[in-house]
Amino acid sequence: MASTLIIKDLHVEIEGKEILKGVNLELDSGKIHVIMGPNGTGKSTLAAAIMGHPKYEVTQGEVLLNGENVLEMEVDERAQAGLFLAMQYPSEITGVTNADFLRSAINSRREEGQEISLMKFIKELDKNMDFLEMDQDMAQRYLNEGFSGGEKKRNEILQLMMIKPEFGILDEIDSGLDIDALKVVSKGINKMRGEDFGCLIITHYQRLLNYIEPDFVHVMMQGRVVKSGGPELAHRLEAEGYDWIKQELGIEDETVGQEA
Amino acid sequence: MTTQTNFQVDQQAVEAFSKSNNEPGWLSSLRLDALAKAEDLPLPKPDKTKIAKWNFTQFTNHAVDSEVYSSLEELPERIKTLIDADTQKNLYIQRNNTPAYLTISEELKSQGVIFTDILTAAKEHPELVEKYFMTDAVKVDEHKLTALHAALVNGGAFLYVPKNVEVADPIQAVYIHDHPGATLFNHVLVVADDNSSVTYVESYLATDDIKESVVNIVSEVVAKQNARVVYGAVDNLAAGTTTYVNRRGIAGRDSRIDWALGMMNDGDTISETITKLIGDNSYGDTKMVVVGRGSQKQNFTTNITHWGKNSEGYILKHGVMKDAASSIFNGIGKIEHGATKANAEQESRVLMLSEKARGDANPILLIDEDDVTAGHAASVGRVDPMQLFYLMSRGISKHEAERLVIHGFLAPVVTKLPIEGVKRQLSEVIERKVQ
Repeated sequence: MASTLIIKDLHVEIEGKEILKGVNLELDSGKIHVIMGPNGTGKSTLAAAIMGHPKYEVTQGEVLLNGENVLEMEVDERAQAGLFLAMQYPSEITGVTNADFLRSAINSRREEGQEISLMKFIKELDKNMDFLEMDQDMAQRYLNEGFSGGEKKRNEILQLMMIKPEFGILDEIDSGLDIDALKVVSKGINKMRGEDFGCLIITHYQRLLNYIEPDFVHVMMQGRVVKSGGPELAHRLEAEGYDWIKQELGIEDETVGQEA
Repeated sequence: MTTQTNFQVDQQAVEAFSKSNNEPGWLSSLRLDALAKAEDLPLPKPDKTKIAKWNFTQFTNHAVDSEVYSSLEELPERIKTLIDADTQKNLYIQRNNTPAYLTISEELKSQGVIFTDILTAAKEHPELVEKYFMTDAVKVDEHKLTALHAALVNGGAFLYVPKNVEVADPIQAVYIHDHPGATLFNHVLVVADDNSSVTYVESYLATDDIKESVVNIVSEVVAKQNARVVYGAVDNLAAGTTTYVNRRGIAGRDSRIDWALGMMNDGDTISETITKLIGDNSYGDTKMVVVGRGSQKQNFTTNITHWGKNSEGYILKHGVMKDAASSIFNGIGKIEHGATKANAEQESRVLMLSEKARGDANPILLIDEDDVTAGHAASVGRVDPMQLFYLMSRGISKHEAERLVIHGFLAPVVTKLPIEGVKRQLSEVIERKVQ
């Protein structure tokens, strides 16, 4: 079933400071969108605000998932409606095993009495962990506790593959990864690719796109999407950097808080 | 002539109680001597908790008679679930002050292991009990409550493991408080002789009809050379019960004492857990979880004192405070002069779930030796909103997310309890208390 995620004129503040100044974006399932841009332009804020991060306040605009405004929902309801956010810095939670957490997450999207069977869950977990080249003992370790940076990122992708949301928002899933880990993470994202899955990848490195071919590329500066295009836009950014966009738009300082 | 006392139980009553139990002379004398001392001795002074107005001494009955259980089938359901009936061969159940059920395997008996109620032990094994009962670990005249305890002891268990005997399966005790008029002066004495090892796990439970009452518990653990004792406990006494609980261990050369304690009382509680690392290379580990709710006030003092060279002491305490509950967590690592290469580590964490709850973690290191290592960590805080955001972003409800974080916070101790039934009990009590 085709789904849509529409971001309309989104304005977001943190501690009274406006970070997003009217973001507009439309995503369809089956497509991979990438948001690029230098540091401090509001990319991660966009991801966090869509999911409902407690520190960010939406002051204007809508985020419509299949026509419903998710901004009126609690964080867990947004997830149950089909959103997933792979976080840049996943929390560590002592005493809760990765496996127990994943089962709770999967079952939270199911009706009572329709919970995933333990056998089926274990089978799927084993399969996905193998695919992501993760040690089997990571299932029984406490959630993200003592995981290396790379292990945490793999674990986010494992959750993505287990939960199977309609839209995945991946916030700097590639930062801090060595080339092998980057390949594995990309492999996981490519595996998810399909008609029922839409994806918004936030990155400031072009290198991830050597492994994942995006359908659309957007550039954010000063809290807005300032340019959109196809994969060729990413290639040009790789070759020429961001300066040509700044020149084209008359931007001197691309970070939030600066005006064109 | 009978001396007048300020306690409901006077000299005459103590004499009569001792006589009705056919106690040996040393115990009768010890009781009477202690009663006289209890008059004058002051209450203990737990740091940062004022207990002058708490009731530790006023109660109606010294001891009550309760029905015994002729089989485990007769146990109330919630007690049955504590006991792994198919495998538990060494079990003592006490109902108020009455030894209500006892079983010990032939194998342990033949190895010379003694496990029985404390008053029977005083008669049948006087030489052992007299040697260790409030002589080394806890002294009668420390303060009013230790003296009163010695005078009025009316229940508890004695466990002795002879030299070179390693007891594989956990020994279990269950203390049930189901008589509204009962007062518990419970004494547990565990002696592990040289090169022996044993695991003892106890549960204190109360029924809902217990209102005003007094409980005074002293546990003494003596681990001789190269002995190993694991002591697990879940205390779950009623809201109307004022509890003084003193658990103390003495570790000899190369020995090790591990405490895993679930402090789940609903009433006001003063708890001391002290391990004395006397011998060289001795090792003490104290793990404790606490959940406070309602308006209860509690004080948990955990102390490991090092005399032995190369001795190691570890304290880990995690507490959750909700409603208007307040708790003081005093952690003391003490290294005496001469205890070279000793290591004292402690960690106290308190999680507050409401505005009115109070928690205070006080790590204290007292070190009188240069060549040592020591460390402490303490924190008092609320549930991390980022943790909740993370869990909820996967579809987990706020309530369930909080539940996971709290259980996870307490897990480091819960998972250490050596009997599945008791571990389950602790998890269930936590579930009930944090809801």
